[in-house]
Amino acid sequence: MRKIFRRSLASVLAGLLAMTALPRVASADTSMTMLVDNASHTIAISEALVAAFQKKHPDVTIDIEARPGGGEGDNIVKTRLATGQMADIFWYNSGSLLQALAPEKTLLDLSKEPFMEGVAETFKKVVASGDGVYGVPTRPAEAGGIFYNRKIYERLGLKVPTTWAEFMANNEKIKAAGTTAVIQTFGEPWTSQVLLLADFYNVQKQVPGFAEGFTSGKVKFATTPAAVRGFEYIKEIADGGFMNKDFGAARYEDGLRMLAEGEGAHYPMITFAIPALSDGYSDQINDIGFFALPAEKAEDTGLTVWMPAGFFIPKTSTNIDMAKAFLAFVASPEGCKVQGEAVAVNGPYLIKGCELPKDVVQSVSDLLPYFENGKNAPALEFVSPVKGPILEQLTVEVGSGIRAPADAASLYDEDARKQAQQLGLPGR
Amino acid sequence: MVTAIASTANGRRSPYPGWFFLPAAIVYGVFFLMPTFASFYFSLTRWSLFEASFIGLENFIQFFREPFLVKGLVNTVLYAAVTSGMKVVIGLLLALMLTSQIMGRGLLRALVFFPVLVSTIGVGITFTVLMHPTKGAINEGLSLLGIAGPGWLTDPSLALFSVALVDVWKGVGLATVIYIAGIVAIPKDYYEAARIDGGTKFQNFLYITLPLSRPATATVITLSFIGGLRTFDLIWAMTKGGPGFASDTIASVIYKQYQSGFFGLSTAGNVVLFILIAVLVVPITAVLNRREGHQ
Repeated sequence: MRKIFRRSLASVLAGLLAMTALPRVASADTSMTMLVDNASHTIAISEALVAAFQKKHPDVTIDIEARPGGGEGDNIVKTRLATGQMADIFWYNSGSLLQALAPEKTLLDLSKEPFMEGVAETFKKVVASGDGVYGVPTRPAEAGGIFYNRKIYERLGLKVPTTWAEFMANNEKIKAAGTTAVIQTFGEPWTSQVLLLADFYNVQKQVPGFAEGFTSGKVKFATTPAAVRGFEYIKEIADGGFMNKDFGAARYEDGLRMLAEGEGAHYPMITFAIPALSDGYSDQINDIGFFALPAEKAEDTGLTVWMPAGFFIPKTSTNIDMAKAFLAFVASPEGCKVQGEAVAVNGPYLIKGCELPKDVVQSVSDLLPYFENGKNAPALEFVSPVKGPILEQLTVEVGSGIRAPADAASLYDEDARKQAQQLGLPGR
Repeated sequence: MVTAIASTANGRRSPYPGWFFLPAAIVYGVFFLMPTFASFYFSLTRWSLFEASFIGLENFIQFFREPFLVKGLVNTVLYAAVTSGMKVVIGLLLALMLTSQIMGRGLLRALVFFPVLVSTIGVGITFTVLMHPTKGAINEGLSLLGIAGPGWLTDPSLALFSVALVDVWKGVGLATVIYIAGIVAIPKDYYEAARIDGGTKFQNFLYITLPLSRPATATVITLSFIGGLRTFDLIWAMTKGGPGFASDTIASVIYKQYQSGFFGLSTAGNVVLFILIAVLVVPITAVLNRREGHQ
């Protein structure tokens, strides 16, 4: 509250100054604001980047302001953009969530900036709208798949599965040995969708053009067997009795702990969990491996890639030049280095000239081959602006045995239709 | 115009000049009337915060097409009925106990009222921990007795009632206080007359206390029913409407639509909730107040 007041006071003063038409003195001190979400790693990275940037520009101070994540955070960002109160720089998701901010109206186009040449094309695609490109990556590329406990695999003599059948056979053996085979944490519903979302490499391999069709509403989940499979995977795991007893109440943190301490063998999750794992379980971090979600056929198994959040500049920023300088710093090899020192590296960088350190953790080295051999594709939410908001409740329902997969798939289609209608998405 | 309203209300001349009402009228207009009418307008638009385009009744059509709306409606009414019913029964019994000559009455009265003062979110989070299916204190206690406790918040058929129970625990103190005031206000003459006629304690309760505390009952039912209909904070803190949609109420459905950025749709939902509360509560208050008049 005080912050908002201070900001509006500052803008009133700035307005008064402008009216008196004094020649703008090249001020010795620039002070900027930055809005980031309150996840501990977001804050750690932001603070490290700001500290390094301020060291290079001693005349600049950047105030970091934290906001909640999730839907609540989305609304804060939207409200502040709509009322012209946005910070000079902000951290926000790429892909379908970014599209809901109406980037062409609210954000500064960076496509002509020289520093954008250093940003990987794959990332530029998920922060583009129309002809404009709007952000630089805050993190390395991420991926969805299965984290597994290598000690359990070793003890039971298991092999990393490449097909769904092999995966389920492993689960049987782990269950027979008295260990939880698949950790599920529906206490935080978003975690329940990972199995379905991480299957998208497989879906787009079998049904090329699924994303375009889904965007325009011509292709549906319910009528695409490969897409319904994702819901069925969740049900098969529940029906097999492979889940931890408290799956309905367990939370994300519980899932990470169970995985690291060997209480559970598999945890379907996105690799943004790696920094949290290496912070909390530094002794066990190399017992944790990673593989892509196995498809029906081994040749359809590949990595579903998540793009990290970006740093964006609103059109209303009063420090555009300095904000651009900060983004240029983030998109440089120096910026990568600062990030890598702040939190554990969790995947390949999306900025040219950034090298991965030699000593990456086990799960990251498991991840890299998929990037090197090209067996990877972006998740659906990065190739289509449509992502129905109730998906996580539907996957919880399927995993808890409340709803059948086919039924969930058709409800999801209905939800996608509603989202397209409500947001006025293009292509529908 | 302000003068006209002031002087013609009830056909009597107001003792105050018209401008006297101006400050209140401005506050009322800016903070209550304007948002109300603005929300009627925005409920008819596709509203992205950046722009609003008029789409007629489409939001209302979409709102009633919601697959989980019926479930949310049923849950809302169920929740309101269960919580207000239990608050009436338990509140009355507690009030009877706390108006009798019991030891430490002042302390006991305070203890019953304490949960009302605690933050709802805090209560919700605490009970979520207590109701954890394997590690929660409730189920651990039950397992000592050899009972395998259910998944209070994870079993879809139980989740809504678990939240309702917590709501009753938290809210019953207020009902008790209202009943205590009602019972204390009953003139002692009635009890004395009953004693002369040889009335038993139970008869005293049935024929004196119960009918004469009807105004208190009316207040408790109205307050807790409205509270139950628009309940949100406790459900959100404990289940977020889950598992799946098992404990969704209208308020949580609307909030989720708002979170998804469907601002026009959620505004339409609020208009519907407004009408629903009016439709349910106006007759209830009318009936309760009419009976009261007959006393």
